[in-house]
Amino acid sequence: MRRALAALLLLALPAAAPVGAEERRSGFADMTPATQAMQRDDAANPGMLWALEGEALWLAPVGRAAKACAACHGDAAASMRGVAARYPAMDDATGQAVDLAGRIALCQVRHQQADPAPRESQPALALAAYVGLQSRGLPITPAEDSRMATLRAAGEALYRERRGQLDLSCAQCHDDNAGRRLAGSVIPQGHPTGYPIYRLEWQAVGSLQRRLRGCMTGVRSEPYAYGAPEYIAIEAFLMGRAAGMAVETPAVRP
Amino acid sequence: MPSRRAVLAALPAIAVIRPAGATPETMQAAIREFLGRDRPIQKGRVTMDIPPLVENGNTVPLSVVVESPMTPADHVRRIAVFTSRNPLPSVIVAELGPRAGAARFATRIRLATTQHIMALAEMNDGSVWSDTAEIVVTLAACVES
Amino acid sequence: MARVLLQVPATARKGEVIEIRVLIQHPMETGFRVGTVGEVLPRDIIRRFACTWDGEPVFSATLHPAIAANPYLAFTARAEATGTLAFTWSGDNGFAQTETRRVTVTG
Repeated sequence: MRRALAALLLLALPAAAPVGAEERRSGFADMTPATQAMQRDDAANPGMLWALEGEALWLAPVGRAAKACAACHGDAAASMRGVAARYPAMDDATGQAVDLAGRIALCQVRHQQADPAPRESQPALALAAYVGLQSRGLPITPAEDSRMATLRAAGEALYRERRGQLDLSCAQCHDDNAGRRLAGSVIPQGHPTGYPIYRLEWQAVGSLQRRLRGCMTGVRSEPYAYGAPEYIAIEAFLMGRAAGMAVETPAVRP
Repeated sequence: MPSRRAVLAALPAIAVIRPAGATPETMQAAIREFLGRDRPIQKGRVTMDIPPLVENGNTVPLSVVVESPMTPADHVRRIAVFTSRNPLPSVIVAELGPRAGAARFATRIRLATTQHIMALAEMNDGSVWSDTAEIVVTLAACVES
Repeated sequence: MARVLLQVPATARKGEVIEIRVLIQHPMETGFRVGTVGEVLPRDIIRRFACTWDGEPVFSATLHPAIAANPYLAFTARAEATGTLAFTWSGDNGFAQTETRRVTVTG
């Protein structure tokens, strides 16, 4: 019975079809029912452990200012609602775009007078997961800002640039071949709807930048350093491309 | 320059292949150790629920249900799960009794490769019941190197 | 301390079989993986989990490296009388953690 079912599943591979904006689908739709169930159920989603840690960090006074995030922002459920759906965004003080993790780090330096949590560290991911969770279910709404439009265009150029020893662009997999299979995996359209995500391969929560690094090393190109402006530009483009799709943070992905 | 199609076709070969240490023989040895001695294993009363095809072997949902009234007179004492081709055959040994009220549990396991797994339930009368399943672990293409 | 997500009903009827789900943050390092410079990463796993109801064993388990990171367990308990459920995890490198939940039993 199980074997017959497996054979059926293998026959049911989706046919190749290039996808337009009107057919956008979250990577969630291509996951097995078991992995979908893991994301849907907060008591089973391991990403919720990071969000729980983020909640504790949100309430803890830190830095020379001995201030908690909550001291300025209050209840995250109200103040952070929709925030993650708008990032990356411009930081007016520096004139640079920052992603959500970058914004949290700036807050830690400026307002808590603390050392920022290093990128991809557990506290940084936990806070980003907790802030992201407050936007779960809300549509991605990129900022209407001419500076962000410039950044998105730069991100799109990077997305379409062939790179690495395999000479592949992001678009060649995630636009031209999305929905087809690469070994056992469906190639997703690459919408960053659920970051930071709990990835089964990582057995932990990680950021979009970690995922982008994985793609870059996958095509045998030199990845940018964490926090590089190129990643922010690619994220800005991808979030614009995913505008209107629902935030899933903390999503589960294989 | 290779065509894109050729490159895409070549990518799966890059995927990491993990070693498998256990064999059906070491699985049998682990089962003997669990039972304490050679005891008859009957098919039935145990049902495993596990996806037949998994996209990542790191986190595979597994549940085991055993038919039992779970009364002081008639209950499941232990449930154990074994794999045939993981580095180690043993996965979990659960102990339960009438206070559990039902003979079932769920967890998430690691499967190094395509293999079969076995669940055994030991009843308080000493009888041992079993279920087996065959799981296909697909090879992911885009793993972090 | 590791983060824990517990799902335990606050109330139950006498004789009711309740569902309990526990999730704990832990890498469950298998002892078979190799690190960045070729060294074998030492095993670091949770070995034992136990749940008791006012000290009476309900469900316990020995975990092996084949249990996925951030171990998840769902099991059941028969509600007899109002009391305290204790959940303990212990493992390599002195890992030890206990959580408790009160369940009120009616009827």
